[in-house]
Amino acid sequence: MKALVLLPAFNEAARIGRVLGGIRAAAPEATVLVVDDGSADDTAGVARAAGARVVRLPFNLGAGVAAQTGYKFAVREGYDCVVHLDSDGQHEPADIPALLAVIARREADVAIGSRFLGGGADYRAGALRRTGMGVFGLLAWLLTGVRFSDVTSGFRAFGSDVVRFVATEWYPTDYADADVLITLRRAGFRLKEVPVRMYPRAGGRSMHAGLRPIYYVFKMLLSVALAPLRREAFERKGS
Amino acid sequence: MAELTPHQTVFALVTSLLAFLFVLELVRRRRLREEYSWLWLLTAGAMVLLVMWYRLLILITRIVGAVTPLNTLLLCAVLFLFAIAVHYSMIISRLASQVKNLAQELALLSARLEERQR
Repeated sequence: MKALVLLPAFNEAARIGRVLGGIRAAAPEATVLVVDDGSADDTAGVARAAGARVVRLPFNLGAGVAAQTGYKFAVREGYDCVVHLDSDGQHEPADIPALLAVIARREADVAIGSRFLGGGADYRAGALRRTGMGVFGLLAWLLTGVRFSDVTSGFRAFGSDVVRFVATEWYPTDYADADVLITLRRAGFRLKEVPVRMYPRAGGRSMHAGLRPIYYVFKMLLSVALAPLRREAFERKGS
Repeated sequence: MAELTPHQTVFALVTSLLAFLFVLELVRRRRLREEYSWLWLLTAGAMVLLVMWYRLLILITRIVGAVTPLNTLLLCAVLFLFAIAVHYSMIISRLASQVKNLAQELALLSARLEERQR
């Protein structure tokens, strides 16, 4: 199976090296692609030095756009599976094979790394964040009938049909969590959660800083509410 | 119902006609593209029509329950401005999505080029 490990990165030069080292140790046969989302620091240089392939966006376009650039890359180069993880060290690279295995064995089209399933209980989040996760998890459950334990996880693997599907126009530009899962479920893809480890950020700037959480909640409520009504939710996979 | 005074009529006519001509002039000089001008021309045209065809203005005033015809003119203007603002938001959204696709395309192509040259 031709697997691609995708890391969108924005100003992560200080942290990405260690993550790339972890990926190389955990999944040596996979190609690693870093999508540099218009960083001002040497993220691209560090990534290249660590042996990753690098695509540089000309200016900062947001995490969703950076990820979608990677999906477009994967479609063009014919990858069977794309594992997406954060470049700041929050996701444990050693868990990549577990996600890949779900796709390789065709158990599901989407493997979602869950920090709350099984052994991943050592992740601590604030009360506000916990409430938000609970609300969106509940909404996702109501809209899809699937009980997700970790609906805001960005650590996930897509099979090639899903990659083709998200490389089309509709993929969200900024935050892509619950709404994407709902759309994928509605489009007929099979989703499966896999226990993974996640850590708090090791520094740098979170994309959930300042007033962003308020916009996040607004955006997510709107797109979760509209996800089942949008056109792509009715398109079948592979179309 | 209060008639528009000649003063009001002339002022409203002159303003709407000037607006209409201004937009036409922008299109003629290619400062404004035809596809984005139609809503402005429609607005100015509707204002002229309502001022000229007074009975229509009275009728609309009755339908919406406005007090004076002048209120109706103002209401129409606000509604058209709202439509234009939403129209622009739609255009901006489309442009943003096109810029996004272009940036992605550029990034993918230049990555391929760099890898080939290395």
